[in-house]
Amino acid sequence: MDNIKKKLKNMSDTNLLLTITIVVFFIMYLGAIIFQGAGWLKAQALFNILNAQAALIITSCGMSLVMITGGIDISVGGVVALVSMCCAVYLDHPDNPDAADGNVFIAFLIAILIGLAFGVVQGYLVAYLDIQPFIISLAGMFFARGMTTIVHTNPFNVENEAFKALKNTRINIPGLGSVNKKGKYVPAYIEIGVVVALLIVILLYVALKWMKVGRNFYAVGGNKQSALMLGINVKQTKFLAHLLCSLLAGIGGFVYFLHVGSGSASHASGMEMNAIASSIIGGTMLTGGVGNIIGTLFGVLSLSTIQNIVSSAGLDQAWWTGITVAAMLCVFLVVQSVIMARKAKA
Amino acid sequence: MRSKSFSIADLVRKQIFIPIAALLLLALFNLIADPSFYKISFGYNSAGNPVLTGYLMTILDYGSEVAILAIGMTLVTAASGGQDISVGAAIAIAGSVILRVLVGRGGSGPMQRPVILAFLVAVLVAMIFGAFNGVLVAWFRIQPMVATLILYTAGRSIAAWINNNELPIVTDESFTYFGGFIPGIPIPTPFFIVIICGILIFCALKFTNLRLYTQAVGINESSSRLNGLNPEFIKFLSFVILGVCVAVVALIKVSRISTINYSVIAKDIEMDAILAVALGGNALGGGKFNMTASILGAYVIQFLTTTLYKFNVSADALPAYKAVVIIALVVLSAPTVREKISSLTKKSRPAVKGVS
Repeated sequence: MDNIKKKLKNMSDTNLLLTITIVVFFIMYLGAIIFQGAGWLKAQALFNILNAQAALIITSCGMSLVMITGGIDISVGGVVALVSMCCAVYLDHPDNPDAADGNVFIAFLIAILIGLAFGVVQGYLVAYLDIQPFIISLAGMFFARGMTTIVHTNPFNVENEAFKALKNTRINIPGLGSVNKKGKYVPAYIEIGVVVALLIVILLYVALKWMKVGRNFYAVGGNKQSALMLGINVKQTKFLAHLLCSLLAGIGGFVYFLHVGSGSASHASGMEMNAIASSIIGGTMLTGGVGNIIGTLFGVLSLSTIQNIVSSAGLDQAWWTGITVAAMLCVFLVVQSVIMARKAKA
Repeated sequence: MRSKSFSIADLVRKQIFIPIAALLLLALFNLIADPSFYKISFGYNSAGNPVLTGYLMTILDYGSEVAILAIGMTLVTAASGGQDISVGAAIAIAGSVILRVLVGRGGSGPMQRPVILAFLVAVLVAMIFGAFNGVLVAWFRIQPMVATLILYTAGRSIAAWINNNELPIVTDESFTYFGGFIPGIPIPTPFFIVIICGILIFCALKFTNLRLYTQAVGINESSSRLNGLNPEFIKFLSFVILGVCVAVVALIKVSRISTINYSVIAKDIEMDAILAVALGGNALGGGKFNMTASILGAYVIQFLTTTLYKFNVSADALPAYKAVVIIALVVLSAPTVREKISSLTKKSRPAVKGVS
């Protein structure tokens, strides 16, 4: 017991919060298996969460990067909506059915360009003109949401053959399938978006842990002054964080589009708040300097697992989801703050 | 010796210069683009009351909601160095409470209890939710934006739950006075409510230590503690005061339509309130504040919104234009940019020591 206590004491803030998140996720999942039956035991239950939340994982990763440097970006939901609308209009031309359909690869380029454009403008204003990131990204959110309706007003489904083929591509995972009631074997599958999301998680994890750029993020978020003293280019680091966040929002927007296959101005509403919540549950602190990408991944998984648990527990009135997510956020925030206060005292 | 250019530079450095300049700019734009913007006509509303109508009246009417919120938001910003993003959701809760007290769960018909009772219950409930935010921020030391994210996520769900997701309707004519017109008075009531709130808060700032303590906590928390203040309580208090403002706006909001729509009521109003504080030139990181500038900022925001509506910008596309204006305003008021501008004006006259 003393040994564990000592270990806890010596753990860095980042690792301690990460451990809590992962433990809570597994306890929650175990509870779901015990109390809600074998449906949760199938690998597909987890894969379904991943399929639905791939875009959120990507945008949350970007959010975590910005939060680690001590900033915030609430424009990501708007960017996701704008990207999916632009790609949808490019691929399908809802107002002009005779025109030739667009190329999926170019649609992906459009997504990346939109993300980069938002990133450059917001990053420059935040890092070099020293304006509050909250206000800038608020304007960014307004702009993206407004532009989405200007690009096209009504929601519509995309009927592009090449796109549909890509959307329906499923990667079967051998050995994890299950046998359904008729005795037929159903393979477990993930969508392409999940592969992209997991690749990004691994890349960012490596960058944050072992690369100079990643360590700079922590240094700038932890203490700007001492980062400056160490010779780190604080402005450039901040700029890079905002650029990456918007770029990931662009990629996330394409993955979101790939999952839903339609364009609509109401897509991804509230996604910025979900991304912030996932990052916080994953152990990233808004004060900066503390955070972990693996934690963010588990933050997203925890968030959607609790939503699934609530809805399959029969509490399917609309308000229960909002209240549970808020309660969970509240618990995590209080636990974080209590741990930080105790560590500060010790 | 004070030359003319000196007094202009002096004016630019004043905090209230930002909202006034923005207001003048917008007013000038409207004057050039279409002077009919300023036309105010006299007419009668559907209830037969004399009313003044026109774009300026719309600004007075709807800007008042934001102005009331801006009062509380300024205090929260100054004391805690962060913003409350849950006000829209809290308005939904308070509005739901008002209707529940007035006509019961999902009821429809005349009021069964006096409005003042419903309002007081709503104030109490809003203060409790404000206190919840305040406790998280002050004692648990969670950043305000994150702490209020909890209520932001849950608020509208709680509001729907209070009335079992049904929509109570108040049929009394007298209930519509708060968000509309009192018979015989042609100026929208919300404007009078702002005046009452304004007088109350200015008395509080003038005759109590609220201003001094709030600014002290916002500028340096530990030194204010060393001077015998209780920074936790001051932060807590600012959130509770914002709760009262929320209840007042909720009364106006539900009075306007005599019912409630949980997912739409006061949507995005938190953004307007925060913008009003920012436009008032208040530092969003806490510290010194100027209440008049914030209230003026709220009306400037509404002026902008109304101008855009006048030019047939659809409600959905509105944010895109608003964003461009916001970015222009914050870039112009950014410290780095302002320094550059004032250094440009300085070059035109001999340097005076000790001015900056």
